[in-house]
Amino acid sequence: MRLIQLGAIDYAILIVYFAFVIGIGWALRRYVRSSEDFFLSGRSIPSWIAGLAFLSANLGAQEVIGMAASGAKYGMMTSHFYWVGAIPAMVFVGIFMMPFYYGSRARSVPEYLRLRFDEKTRGLNAITFAVMTVFSSGISMYALAKLLELVLGWNFHTSVILSAIIVLAYIFLGGLTSAIYNEVLQFFLIVLGFLPLVLLGLKDVGGWSGLSAKLVPVATNAGYPAGAWSESWRNLGSAASNPMGVEWFGMVMGLGFVLSFGYWCTDFLVIQRAMAAESMTAARRTPIFAAIPKMLFPFLVIVPGMIAIALHTSRGGLLPVGSDGTPNYNLAVPVLLAHYLPSGLLGLGLTALMASFMSGMAGNVTAFNTVWTYDIYQSYIRPGQTDRHYLRMGHAATVFGIAASVAAAYATTRFNNIMDMLQLVFAFVNAPLFATFLLGMFWRRTTGHGAFFGLLIGTAAAAIHHGLTLPRGAVAGLKGGFLGPVVQVYPSEMAQNFWTAIVAWSACFLATILISLATPRHKTDDELGGLVYSLTPRQRDDELAWYRRPGALGAVALALTLILNIIFW
Amino acid sequence: MNLDLRLPIGLMFTIDGVLLVGYGLVSDPAIYARSLGTNVNLGWGVVLLVFGIGMLVLAMRAGRRRPGSAP
Repeated sequence: MRLIQLGAIDYAILIVYFAFVIGIGWALRRYVRSSEDFFLSGRSIPSWIAGLAFLSANLGAQEVIGMAASGAKYGMMTSHFYWVGAIPAMVFVGIFMMPFYYGSRARSVPEYLRLRFDEKTRGLNAITFAVMTVFSSGISMYALAKLLELVLGWNFHTSVILSAIIVLAYIFLGGLTSAIYNEVLQFFLIVLGFLPLVLLGLKDVGGWSGLSAKLVPVATNAGYPAGAWSESWRNLGSAASNPMGVEWFGMVMGLGFVLSFGYWCTDFLVIQRAMAAESMTAARRTPIFAAIPKMLFPFLVIVPGMIAIALHTSRGGLLPVGSDGTPNYNLAVPVLLAHYLPSGLLGLGLTALMASFMSGMAGNVTAFNTVWTYDIYQSYIRPGQTDRHYLRMGHAATVFGIAASVAAAYATTRFNNIMDMLQLVFAFVNAPLFATFLLGMFWRRTTGHGAFFGLLIGTAAAAIHHGLTLPRGAVAGLKGGFLGPVVQVYPSEMAQNFWTAIVAWSACFLATILISLATPRHKTDDELGGLVYSLTPRQRDDELAWYRRPGALGAVALALTLILNIIFW
Repeated sequence: MNLDLRLPIGLMFTIDGVLLVGYGLVSDPAIYARSLGTNVNLGWGVVLLVFGIGMLVLAMRAGRRRPGSAP
């Protein structure tokens, strides 16, 4: 099946984009003189650029395709991944955590862990993170190539090699600055490329009210209340009354607190963009500037999925249906592109789709080369070399990081289960992380042993919880229950994931406190200055106009998010 | 930073805008049946053009305020 036929004009737009992406890397190459330039953009990026890059780096394979798929599958409730699962954490990291990340002059998140705790905690975080980024970037590459094969009939190998070469070229030439600049370009392309699709789709279904009306049969056919696809909160009273199969507590605690804060506040992939900012205030504003467009993204990525399922149900068979009778939700965006956009805008929309994959890949690669060079190579393999040496290593790490991603992409084609298993393991490792950072930054008594063993216990708790529970209707194996007895059956996989995260976080939090109290402090108050809240001078923003203060901007972002939640309640 | 990012962004969207407006003017109107009868290439091309030129103007004004820096 070939969904989309491209014309000359579409190829022209695609080629213009590729030319600019590589051109930006080329123009920036002469500004890369030290490893700090390559890995941290010489800490010189203004906050609006860092903010948009912060947002764009997270726009991986998951976002455009995955969120539209969730929009089709779960409806407006998917907005919780933004209005509950992202904005509060983004404001929190900007106001409360950035002073330690940026102020400590750490060059990476693992390096902060070494300054705050000890070498072993850094090593654990650096190694798991490096492995994770390579696989994430490989999965992005795989997903892009599979999609292009299905939709355009492009050769899988050509797509993998082409995307690898383009990302390699612009990061190799210009380092993090080049990745950040391209992420901002990609941000505008994604917005301007998908907006016409959303506008045309909404016009077609009769606006928001027409869409809500068309979604009623989607909900009632599946046995849910009429508004289940167009309301975000109203059906969260019990897991049985919404398609996600979650209730409000699991959603708010699991997604809104543990998973969301764990990702936005500790993942070096996004934090790196803020660390590259030109000043402390700019670094603190970075995630908050990102929060404003982030809260509008549901309209760009979730609404198309909702339009697709509404048309699929009301006009019959828009989405391809699998052998088990369920529509292929992942094709919601490509199907709509083909449905509404003529040659010309089609090229722009497709370019935007590719841009979203590439920004995700590049984000992983820049985070990988930094953690590899500073936290693994400089710390354990060859310490004490010249800066030129580490800059060369950064270039080399970019090449082998991308080569490893290509290998991971091919591994995915051969062993799909191995990839699912790895992602499961990463989820276990990530779930407890925020407890460690929270205690490390806000409780000076937290010790290195407490942090390290707390993390291990949290990860083990996640694995045990997963191994003893199952989502309804699943068989024991990757979906859980692999430890034998199943003590709890959740209404959905999502509910199981949220509760795994809650259990892991709580176990890590308690274990870190208990072990810290049982072990002696190994860092004095002086050594912890700038790393812990109570031992760091407060950031004063009095001399700034209110609209430049991180605190005021954060309050505005939270108020706007609250309003959105109420409108779409 | 040494390269004003608004320059490449403005340039790319100006080029894309020109491409879309040009294609919108010469293309067969029949292809716009799927976009609900609107010539979206022409309309959205103008939007891209306005955005691109706006970015270029901002970049050039900032460049003039900093004499000595690269144009």
